[in-house]
Amino acid sequence: MIICENLRVTFNKGTVMETKALCGLDLTVPQGQFISIIGSNGSGKSTTQNAIAGELPLDEGRIIVNDIDISDWPAPKRAGLVARVFQDPLAGSCENLTIEENMSLAYMRGRRRGLGRSVPKAARDQFREKLSRLGLGLENRLGDLMGLLSGGQRQAVSLLMASLQPSSVLMLDEHTSALDPRIAAFVMELTSDIVTENNLTAIMVTHSMRQALDYGERTVMLHGGRVVLDVSGTEREGLKVPDLIAMFEKAHGEELSDDSLLLS
Amino acid sequence: MSLIAFLGAIELGFIYGLVALGIFISFRILDFPDLTVDGSFPLGAAVSAALIVAGWNPYLATMIAITAGSMAGLITAWLNVKMKILNLLASILTMIALYSINLRIMGRPNVALITEETILTPFNNLAETLGISSYMLMPIVFLVFAVLIKFALDWFLASQIGLAMRATGANSKMARANGIFDGRMILLGMAMANGLVAFAGAVFAQSQGSADVTMGVGVIVIGLASVIGGEALLTPRTITRATLACILGSIVYWLAVSLALNADFIGLEAQDLKLVTAILVASALILPGSRFAKFIRRGGKS
Repeated sequence: MIICENLRVTFNKGTVMETKALCGLDLTVPQGQFISIIGSNGSGKSTTQNAIAGELPLDEGRIIVNDIDISDWPAPKRAGLVARVFQDPLAGSCENLTIEENMSLAYMRGRRRGLGRSVPKAARDQFREKLSRLGLGLENRLGDLMGLLSGGQRQAVSLLMASLQPSSVLMLDEHTSALDPRIAAFVMELTSDIVTENNLTAIMVTHSMRQALDYGERTVMLHGGRVVLDVSGTEREGLKVPDLIAMFEKAHGEELSDDSLLLS
Repeated sequence: MSLIAFLGAIELGFIYGLVALGIFISFRILDFPDLTVDGSFPLGAAVSAALIVAGWNPYLATMIAITAGSMAGLITAWLNVKMKILNLLASILTMIALYSINLRIMGRPNVALITEETILTPFNNLAETLGISSYMLMPIVFLVFAVLIKFALDWFLASQIGLAMRATGANSKMARANGIFDGRMILLGMAMANGLVAFAGAVFAQSQGSADVTMGVGVIVIGLASVIGGEALLTPRTITRATLACILGSIVYWLAVSLALNADFIGLEAQDLKLVTAILVASALILPGSRFAKFIRRGGKS
């Protein structure tokens, strides 16, 4: 369960470049809910995720995960509660470390690191088993450098990595947008399976309205750093992309003009 | 080249191999272009020499020298991590500050150690007992030093903390997202790197019989030349190979220097050493498509 209260984030504060990225965003995601966040460029989708992860300082507001106020925690401390998959497939792993070393880094997320061996034997079997479900043959390539994998493969592994340790919140930041459609569909199915199996609380940011309606159980639209639309349950059933656009325009009183959002 | 010159080069190769390992940690593992070494190398020499001359136990003096080097590394890392000063500049600031500090520690520009008891005295005595010259034994002594430290470093880098440090240098955002306190890793790694370099400085001073405030000039370039040269000789696919490459590169570097200086027909003299080293490193960077170029240029980014 995660509660975001009145989040405010400003970029380049006090300069002519000052931009209000989040203007009092409120969002509560109950335990086990899978929500998708949609919005045009600059609406605050990625900023929300970075703020939750602790990569951006808050001007105001609170972030509460499982009744713990984590607003003042540095990013690495939050990693025990929050797992992430990034938009850029290259960002979620280290290319000059092996697959098993990368997985081991994620395996130790939220745990104390010591002078024990970097890839414990017991963990290696677990990695192999997790990788085999991808059906990509990666379970036999544990010692290969991550950099040898394709973007799609790396993203799939990143997703597995994010689910190696239990987390209170899984955050997916447009994690399929840099992949070709076939791989994107594969990664999306995998996401859906992992979230369901582990009963994860997941926040998925997406640029695709289709994806925002097809996956998860709730769709939230951001605009100007605030939540402008929040649909779930029966209201969301059978909803089509044009309906979503109509709802947005009604809620916000202006026409949706971001082509990329409409076209995808 | 005479046997003395050859063995002397091997000896220097192993001592500077420690410098190369330190530079490997900062440049390669942490992706932190660290020039502190130009100050921490003479710092190690100055601290150990000053303490030995003052009558301290040479082993204790050397331990304190290592600690002093680690402190220097910590200061650079702190300036970068906590004070947000650009990494390269932070290291230059510490390096310059150390010049004054080293003079203060020694009280004068150089300190002679020839007549003092050092950590190498037992080995000199051993050579005497064996009836061989100490210059024949020393390369073996330093080989043991270098190999022990290499294995210790390999062991560390294959631990969970070591892996966390490698991830910090490779992808800090990913590291943070996986619960790694990247700032702490930089502090730790920089302390290790400069402690190692200070140890090399302390050993160097004790083996050469003096500490000099100017002995640090260009240590960074020599160290880089060793790392780069080693990588050319051994393609470092794994950490154990990469650390071996550092030591090997250093030996090859000093052998090449010794050869060049001993070959009269080239006309090179000792004072040309730093110019030649700089040209060597620059050429390695300029060579199109060389992976060293990629490494150093990447290492130079903020």
